[in-house]
Amino acid sequence: MERVAIIGASMTRFGQRDAWVNELLAEAGEAALDDAGIGGGDLDHLYVSNMASGEFEGQTGVPNALAHDLGAMPAYTARIDQTSSSGGAGVYAAWQSIASGASDCTMLVGGEKMTHRTTAEATDVIASLTHPVEYKHGVTLPSFAGLTARLYLDEYDAPRESLGKVAVKNHRNGVDNPHAQFQKEVDLDTVLESPVVADPLRLYDFCPITDGSAALVFCPESVAAEYVPEDEYAVVSGIGGATDTHVVHERADPTTMGGVADSSDIAYEMAGIGPDDVDVAELHDMFTILEFLQSEDLGFFEKGEGWKAVEAGVTDRDGELPINTSGGLKSKGHPLGASGVAQVYEIYEQVTGNAGPRQVEADTGLACNVGGFGNCVTTTILEGTQ
Amino acid sequence: MSDHASDTAGSGEEPIFEAAEYAGGAVSYPPHPVGPDGTERVGTVDLREHEARVITWTMSTATPPGVREPNSLAIVEFEMGDDYDGPPVRALGQIAEREDDSGETFDVAIEDRVEPVHADELREPGAGIREPESQSWDGFRFRPVEE
Repeated sequence: MERVAIIGASMTRFGQRDAWVNELLAEAGEAALDDAGIGGGDLDHLYVSNMASGEFEGQTGVPNALAHDLGAMPAYTARIDQTSSSGGAGVYAAWQSIASGASDCTMLVGGEKMTHRTTAEATDVIASLTHPVEYKHGVTLPSFAGLTARLYLDEYDAPRESLGKVAVKNHRNGVDNPHAQFQKEVDLDTVLESPVVADPLRLYDFCPITDGSAALVFCPESVAAEYVPEDEYAVVSGIGGATDTHVVHERADPTTMGGVADSSDIAYEMAGIGPDDVDVAELHDMFTILEFLQSEDLGFFEKGEGWKAVEAGVTDRDGELPINTSGGLKSKGHPLGASGVAQVYEIYEQVTGNAGPRQVEADTGLACNVGGFGNCVTTTILEGTQ
Repeated sequence: MSDHASDTAGSGEEPIFEAAEYAGGAVSYPPHPVGPDGTERVGTVDLREHEARVITWTMSTATPPGVREPNSLAIVEFEMGDDYDGPPVRALGQIAEREDDSGETFDVAIEDRVEPVHADELREPGAGIREPESQSWDGFRFRPVEE
């Protein structure tokens, strides 16, 4: 099996954008091609990670539109929808296309246009992934977070403030990310006094609704140096995908994300490393509670101990294991199909030494992209070549 | 309308809180075509016959179109009896409204005992994105059991 390299990457500014989905995808795609020093005609495969352009915008067929805009015909195209983990699933598909030998050059572009919808409408589009017996009760992804946060705080005797500190940390990191929706610090009092959204969670425990796009270019590692200097590409050393129950309440332990544990086991084994070898991680902090759950189920911390690591500063940018140096979904924003791609973009920047003021010492980085409330997960491990 | 989307036994019949029993004894709510470890469905369990305890709850203030605001929700775990050794049988559902016309829902806490109470319409069909005919909209809320 071919080892797979990432030789180019880009992301647009995340936030409220005037551009529509096809324009966002083209903006990121064109920039990633430039970064890799290639043109659309060099692509064998072109994937688009996107959850709901039809539902949000009435625009389907986005991979075909993107191929035309970038002059990528006759590349094979496909849209990858795995809800919020569409980006991670797209990374998996792109990696698979190269590793299998089906493609010699693949680009993945993830994107979503959401902010023209009201919060209620956007929440309902996302909640449409739920089972009918959940949907009819008006359940939303934020309400799953509230239910889980209350159970976690009760079960592990964690203080409410610890969740707020995730938001404070990630907003602090986002200040140095020029692509982030919010380049603004928040203090703990602001988080804890913000309006209740899903008790015990409040407004600042949640990511915003966002427009944006991100892109990655893949090729076999054996030819990566023909495109870019040897220290400017990264290798996908491990990747794994897994699925948990559709119905959230049917999980044995609602505070455990089985898909995170299963997908990371596969990724660690492929990379030949363990959680202690990870230098930096991007986790899917759509809600603050998810950073605790993932950091534990990835094996970084014991079950019920993730909150203590945040309290102790272990996950700060200058801590032992920096988590969400990009600002995470919390500060950077969460354009559904783009988020998993943007997570890998941040890890790529970190392991190639191009993260600017966000740079940490990192040879190995991990991105964990979660769909639904842990329903589908992709874990990706990148290694630098410096 | 697909069977799995409905809690009720059919029009004109008293609604039941339908869970599935599988070969090997496991019970799940909602019912699935295939049970744990690939076992086949062998029967139906009416969860109205079982009390439950609150595992966790939330009050959601940012609700989608057609959903009451605020919307109190709980995950509950049913007491299936000493002979049951399958996976936990749980449901997620709305907390019932008080019967004093205040429009407020009951207060609940983790470990509280609750019982299901049927509601004809849990949210307004067609107000949200899902096709109204694709599923049922009645179901069971939970109210505290008076000690």
